[in-house]
Amino acid sequence: MTRYTSVTDTDLSEMLAAIGVGSIEELFAGIPAGVRLNRPLALADGLSEQEVFEEFRALAARNVSAEDEISFLGAGMYDHYVPALVDSIIMRSEFLTPYTPYQPEISQGGLQAMFEYQTAISELTGLPVSNASVYEGPSAVAAAGYVAKYTTPGRRKFMISRGVHPHSRETLRTHAHAWDMDVTEAPLSGGVTQLLELGDDVAAVIVQQPNFLGAVEDLEAIAGAAHEVGALAIAACDPLPLALLKTPGECGVDIAVGEGQSLGNRLDFGGPSFGFFAATEALMRRIPGRIAGETKDVDGKRGFVLTLQTREQHIRREKATSNICTAQALNALAGVIYLSWLGKRGIVELAELMLQRTAYARERLTAIDGVTPLHDKPVVREFAVELGAPVGQVLARCREQGINPGYRLGRDYPEHADGLLVAITERRTRADIDRLVAALESAVLAEREAVGVST
Amino acid sequence: MIREADDTLTIYERSRPGRRAFSAPELDVPERPLDELLPSECRRDKPPRLPEVAEPEIVRHYNRLSKRNFDLDTGFYPLGSCTMKHNPKLHERIAALPGHARLHPLQDAHQAQGALELMWRLQDALGEIAGLPHVSLQPSAGSQGELAGVLLTRAYHEDRGEHRTKVLTPDTAHGTNPATVTMGGYDVVKVKSDADGNVDLDDLSAKADEDVACLMLTNPSTLGLFETGIEEIERIVHGVGATLYYDGANLNAIMGICRPGDMGFDIVHFNLHKSFTQPHGGGGPGAGPVAVSERIEPYLPRPQVVRRESSTNGKEPFFDLDYDRPKSIGRLRGFQGNYGVFVRSYAYIRSLGAPGLKEASETAVLNANYLLARLREHGVAEYLPAAYDRLCMHEFVLSGEPMRRELHVKTLDLAKRLLDHGVHPPTVYFPLIVEEALMVEPTETETKETLDRFAAIVATILKEAREDPEIARNAPYTTPVRRLDEAGAARHPVVRQAMQLAGS
Repeated sequence: MTRYTSVTDTDLSEMLAAIGVGSIEELFAGIPAGVRLNRPLALADGLSEQEVFEEFRALAARNVSAEDEISFLGAGMYDHYVPALVDSIIMRSEFLTPYTPYQPEISQGGLQAMFEYQTAISELTGLPVSNASVYEGPSAVAAAGYVAKYTTPGRRKFMISRGVHPHSRETLRTHAHAWDMDVTEAPLSGGVTQLLELGDDVAAVIVQQPNFLGAVEDLEAIAGAAHEVGALAIAACDPLPLALLKTPGECGVDIAVGEGQSLGNRLDFGGPSFGFFAATEALMRRIPGRIAGETKDVDGKRGFVLTLQTREQHIRREKATSNICTAQALNALAGVIYLSWLGKRGIVELAELMLQRTAYARERLTAIDGVTPLHDKPVVREFAVELGAPVGQVLARCREQGINPGYRLGRDYPEHADGLLVAITERRTRADIDRLVAALESAVLAEREAVGVST
Repeated sequence: MIREADDTLTIYERSRPGRRAFSAPELDVPERPLDELLPSECRRDKPPRLPEVAEPEIVRHYNRLSKRNFDLDTGFYPLGSCTMKHNPKLHERIAALPGHARLHPLQDAHQAQGALELMWRLQDALGEIAGLPHVSLQPSAGSQGELAGVLLTRAYHEDRGEHRTKVLTPDTAHGTNPATVTMGGYDVVKVKSDADGNVDLDDLSAKADEDVACLMLTNPSTLGLFETGIEEIERIVHGVGATLYYDGANLNAIMGICRPGDMGFDIVHFNLHKSFTQPHGGGGPGAGPVAVSERIEPYLPRPQVVRRESSTNGKEPFFDLDYDRPKSIGRLRGFQGNYGVFVRSYAYIRSLGAPGLKEASETAVLNANYLLARLREHGVAEYLPAAYDRLCMHEFVLSGEPMRRELHVKTLDLAKRLLDHGVHPPTVYFPLIVEEALMVEPTETETKETLDRFAAIVATILKEAREDPEIARNAPYTTPVRRLDEAGAARHPVVRQAMQLAGS
């Protein structure tokens, strides 16, 4: 018996007798001899709970997490503070262990939480219809592209800004290939998207707000340009800056998607988190995934159900608007609890705090000899600089002092080989920023001296 | 007792201006005017109307909501095809260790060796379980794993200069299969099942031609039956140059007993939230890794976790992310996949080991066959016969058609009456080829007493229905709400809180 099973010898003989077979092996008689394994799996034997714990603790100890260094890494996922009440609530078994609420009478808690989540996403994005979550950010961009493909039949091109997260652009390309759609990149100019020659073959214009380099885009102008040629406007948004920024809805955007990790979810080396997906009323019946709706029971009592299910794979099969089934309900729950914790005023205060500290960090860093801003557009919690020194060596020097200055842009933007993307969450204090500035200053200076740049 | 004013109030309806749970950290940098940092034309006029509630009310609100959910830690949850097995508590503890939970996905590989090694070891273990040598952990859920499989198939054919247009799926397939085929840019061709619930080999032969890119198959099937003709299926599909795709939804039945790779499958997806105990979370998160054969390997998503042997003898190997994969289908999502899920699933594999995984599958099949036998004993079989009179694997399908005909009680009514007895109903009305289908998957982590009790409850409900079918037809009675108007909800969708509230 394993520690998760309960069949005693007595149980076994009673159960086999009831079935009418002599052994467990007989239950597998239908499996042809030619496909049987006939040897144990080449995996180690099981371990006690304590041994497993120790093994996984040792693995964790070989990672340098945001607990172990002062980290300014962002680029899509951010080290925000997650309040204790989020952990406490989402660890309740009633939220942790059920499946999709197919039986609404015994799933009102999860369904109502989805409804509250959808409301919060609508408030953030200014768009009236939100689903109950998709997997994560970049695949949400592809999911939005799929909606655009179907609502603009005959059009064969996605115009995606080079300011959209590189993972999102690559994910869109992966999908678009199967849809026989082309993906064209709109270049950046001065840090923001430059829309050149949009034709009437464009199904959607896709931008990111703020973009990957941290710059706030003019969504209104972009949405207007998209609509002028009959394309949809899609914005991949960072949800916390939306507390301050003009909403995608106000700007005329048709679909707002985004990565939800920064809303009460852990970094978890990249997942699980959640993606959000919100759209106009006109697109309501083309949206992918679960949607909770309010209704009444036979006694007239208020209740919630999964609604508009004729969009979904389990009903519509090959005609479904998406193949998504399991999404990210628990992560979205963490998101709505976090947003309730922040509240109407708190979310603005948090965003303003990040805005101020980010401005401070940007000013201090670009005052370093050799370090220049990569653009001068407004930013909220992330900004890009050129180091004027080899970025790899500079990062290595900072690391020695327990500081991780941010993300190297060169991997995704060869034109910014020594570019650095710096994220300032509310967990990075002025003291942390001052340490970053000091470390970076001495590292850049040392590297510039090493290559003989006159200062 | 004075009742809570209304236990269905939303968090927005509990909001009052001025209340708050959040207090911001100190502004420790010189404050600059907002207009200077963010010009007013960039800014929204009004803040998002999030609730204004203090911590005690938030906690109480969501605790109240939680009590309106049924969950696996509370009772029996035989939801067919979803594998609602116990979620070990240890897994939550280790996933929360800061070295896992606060690790940034773009951390340099040298500073993430524990995570990358864990992923590499999980890939290795999943490959061994599937009998296929190469694994990508990237897909976010089973459905994304399926899409990965279809895109891998497309890349494989295109690389050979072939342009195929169709994908075959059995009529018993999960809805995600045909939906995925469409998303992958192929046309769906449905293959019939024969009288025993197997894939109809004649129909398969007739439909398998040079335009077919792939057959997607679940084995055991969604009927809970092993495809006894799997070897012939493999010959037919590979005979026309198509790939064979294994939907891993039912892998829980065969771990350590037989392997998709040995059956000839080219691509397999795993549902880590089914066979490998990731909690279902009320509808996610999950993860849907794929395992593939040598010929599919060049196309796996990017990046791939690899182990690089050290050039210096005696040095530790180095675990890395390999982006240099020119034939890759590319990314399916951001970063490296749902790492938190990998931690839990790998912990499960380490806990059970080879003998334990095999025992889990054997016990799942034993429990299912025992429950099926008990449901026959109780005189239930005349109303709820097994759809196929065979031994089952880890789940089985009953047909409520005689019950509907003779008692005027539908499968849906039976399901709703089960709610009053404190068990989650099985999956209903799936697979589509069985009338009034009821799909039961007890899993290996349930005791014999629980299975006995479930059989007794079904018998009781049928006895009650013979006397007064109205009781089941109007059930449930004891749940937080009763049957809900789903048609009305879809006709006039209300999908967010109206904000004209007291105090907003």
